[in-house]
Amino acid sequence: MNATSAIRRPPAPPGAVRWIKKNLLSTWYNVLLTLVALIFVFFVSRGVLRWVFFTANWTPITSSLKLFAVGQFPPDQVWRVGTAVLLVSFFFGLSWRVWGGTVGTFALALAVGGAAVAVLPFELSSGVRLWGVANPLLVGVGYLVGRTSLGKPRWAALGWALSFGGTTALLTGVRGVSWLPRVETGLWGGLLLTFLLALVGIVASFPIGVLLALGRRSSLPVLKLFCTLFIEIVRGVPLVTILFMFSVILPLFLPEDVRVDRVLRAMMGMTLFAAAYMAENIRGGLQAIPSGQIEAAKAVGLNGLQTTVLIVLPQALRMVIPAIVGQFIALFMDTTLAVIVGLVELLQIGRAVIQSNPEWLMLDMEVYLFIGAVFWVFTYAMSYASQRLEQTLGVGRR
Amino acid sequence: MIICRNVHKWFDDFHVLRGVTMTIKRQEVIVICGPSGSGKSTFIRTINRLEEHQEGEIIVDGIELSHDIRNIEAIRREVGMVFQQFNLFPHLTVLQNVALAPIWVRKWPKARAEEVAGQLLERVGIPEQAHKYPGQLSGGQQQRVAIARALAMQPKIMLFDEPTSALDPEMIKEVLDVMRELARSGMTMIVVTHEMGFAREAADRIAFFDQGNIVEQNTPAEFFAHPKEDRTRLFLSQILSH
Ligand SMILES: Nc1ncnc2c1ncn2[C@@H]1O[C@H](COP(=O)(O)OP(=O)(O)OP(=O)(O)O)[C@@H](O)[C@H]1O
Ligand SMILES: [Mg+2]
Repeated sequence: MNATSAIRRPPAPPGAVRWIKKNLLSTWYNVLLTLVALIFVFFVSRGVLRWVFFTANWTPITSSLKLFAVGQFPPDQVWRVGTAVLLVSFFFGLSWRVWGGTVGTFALALAVGGAAVAVLPFELSSGVRLWGVANPLLVGVGYLVGRTSLGKPRWAALGWALSFGGTTALLTGVRGVSWLPRVETGLWGGLLLTFLLALVGIVASFPIGVLLALGRRSSLPVLKLFCTLFIEIVRGVPLVTILFMFSVILPLFLPEDVRVDRVLRAMMGMTLFAAAYMAENIRGGLQAIPSGQIEAAKAVGLNGLQTTVLIVLPQALRMVIPAIVGQFIALFMDTTLAVIVGLVELLQIGRAVIQSNPEWLMLDMEVYLFIGAVFWVFTYAMSYASQRLEQTLGVGRR
Repeated sequence: MIICRNVHKWFDDFHVLRGVTMTIKRQEVIVICGPSGSGKSTFIRTINRLEEHQEGEIIVDGIELSHDIRNIEAIRREVGMVFQQFNLFPHLTVLQNVALAPIWVRKWPKARAEEVAGQLLERVGIPEQAHKYPGQLSGGQQQRVAIARALAMQPKIMLFDEPTSALDPEMIKEVLDVMRELARSGMTMIVVTHEMGFAREAADRIAFFDQGNIVEQNTPAEFFAHPKEDRTRLFLSQILSH
């Protein structure tokens, strides 16, 4: 087109060999460092692999998989948990096709996880194996459904909303349906409980946090005072105390015939706790919005609510994604504190398993490592999603 | 179209506007100039109530500005504003920036709002940037988007607060061209600017502000040829000398 376009672009970035030369072998001390690091990595990984595959005894885990997964959930009802996961897998498949990107990565991870269960080299019931096969299949079915006319963001969102009801019905039971008898939430345990506590905490604390943050910046004195007090009081109290208060004190205030069950109370405590911190994170984002944005919104005639929802919040939330996800991760870990109100989440299952068999008392290392790995998988997934979300939303930042 | 009578405003103890009185007729183009801190921005911001005045009255298109929120909203629908710092919404595309207010305030269907937004972007000369984000545009382009965004509400009056002072010299012209075209099309405009070329050419009247009040106002020809006040002369000599 013009004269400048005739100039060649600079040479392509160096290949792998060049990268190694440049970054690892550029000087004699760099070569030395590389060598030392290689030797170190070799011995450490050899030690770790040896221990994992030969020394360690994973029997406590392989023989208690059901406990780790769902705790005391009635064995003849475990299919309901499996079905709930299948439902979720289906919607992940659908959303993969609709939204793509990170959702697709998670859908794939679910499929691979299922397939892995199908071929795990230790004793599993045929039902679990079947579930392992069905999971990737349902991801695939979801994906295929996503290619039909149902593959619209609208329908996918509706599906997710409905699946919430579906999973709740599956996990707690429906009165009057004989094949879905009630399962006391006290029987929930293990990864299932950890996961549900975190999920409910995350999903519920976010909107509450947004409202609290907005309220704290409101010009209505009463609202402002209430939100400020709430946030400061909750932030001044340890989570353990809040959980304890919810489990012991709440029932004293409620009329006798209103019974809020234990898991729900723990969920409420965690939600309110997380919401207070969330509110402060979000408030930070709100404060970073230049006043010119609000003036411009007013000047084109948007009212206060529209300005908040369309202009201020989208920008503020985007700014605090890393902080918010950091908090989600903390919340996920904090589920282990639910033991204080007698809930048996993943970590407690681990302790129970170790103590259930005298021969396993020596194998606590294996059990805790396993639990740590499970936590890591979930928290890493969250921080991965957060990074991707930041990248996607980063478009058009000033 | 706009009537200001004896408008006073204080920031705490600081008396910013000291009895500004001014009448602006339909289709008139007014340029306001004056030294920094004289209250020019504050004055035009009272006209769409981004600042509140404490005494006197302001009547815009027959509606008096009062505490009544409905009046304020009605006036903001009729008055467009362009800021020195553009203040585009960085999380929305150019097209979304322009179509936003018609969709949410005028309740137009999205398709219609976007069609009109497209036409406005054409009018300000950047139809090809519609799907970019503001951060990807040059300053001059951003300011033209800001003008299109204000025009999208089909205002009867446009306010400009130093629209070119944040721009590099080579971009000033592209923005002034758009404003000239707008002035020719019969828009009522109040422009705070130090671009005397624009004032000479496009303004019907120039008002000189100092210390919170209008010191003198006149047609551009008279204003530049025979300034009456010493302060005006001093200001003109400073601004025209470089
Ligand atoms: N929000 C505010 N609070 C207190 N004082 C203010 C505020 N906004 C403006 N002022 C003061 O009011 C005076 C007039 O400000 P204004 O912005 O109207 O001046 P201006 O004529 O537009 O100047 P410039 O040419 O620098 O833009 C200035 O002295 C400024 O410091
Ligand atoms: Mg100013």
